[in-house]
Amino acid sequence: MQRVSAVALVILGLWFLVALLSLQGIAHAEVVRWLGQPFNGVMMLLLCTTLVWHSKLGVQVVIEDYVHGPVVKVVSLLLNKFVHVFLLAVAIYSVFSIGLRNSL
Amino acid sequence: MPDTGRPLSPHLSVYRWPITMTLSILHRGSGVALSVGLVVLAAWLAAAASGAVVYEEFAGFMQSLFGRILLAGWSFAFFFHLLNGVRHIVWDFGLGFEKSQANASAWLVVVLTIVLTLAYWLML
Repeated sequence: MQRVSAVALVILGLWFLVALLSLQGIAHAEVVRWLGQPFNGVMMLLLCTTLVWHSKLGVQVVIEDYVHGPVVKVVSLLLNKFVHVFLLAVAIYSVFSIGLRNSL
Repeated sequence: MPDTGRPLSPHLSVYRWPITMTLSILHRGSGVALSVGLVVLAAWLAAAASGAVVYEEFAGFMQSLFGRILLAGWSFAFFFHLLNGVRHIVWDFGLGFEKSQANASAWLVVVLTIVLTLAYWLML
């Protein structure tokens, strides 16, 4: 599943890089205007979801390779998953918050 | 690992560093670095959603010298991880396993990473 998310990230990552170039600076108003556009909001959600998934898998492998104490390992793996889910929640909430604000 | 008191044969101090080995550990390192960067990406989105005052604080930090160094580092890690990741996917198709090919693709990844990172920052 690292591979599937990896391929998706090639596309989504390139979109993000190009989109950043098209932004006229990163002032708040500009960022909100840009994220408020539905396509950008959708792509950003897809990017963040795929990034979180891919990152969680990668960090999991690193933990499995280097952390060996039975308790520490389980706790680390759980924390890894929870932190990633938290990050995703932050991203989704933020994108929706900006998107909805712009259309109300 | 538990300390058994037995001698360990030397490794990092004596083994030659093939470029392929270097890229392998760099792939892992850049991945971990990017995971940290993911936190900053989420923070950026949250800052944008939290209004102009909060956002200005965040933007101020990212535009400081330290912030820019972090961003440059993350962009370098991103391009490297992307290019080396493509190299991995090519291997998944069973191609490019000859030592000469693996070495050539390794150097290509290194050169392209530097070129793309520089080009991107110049364009920003």
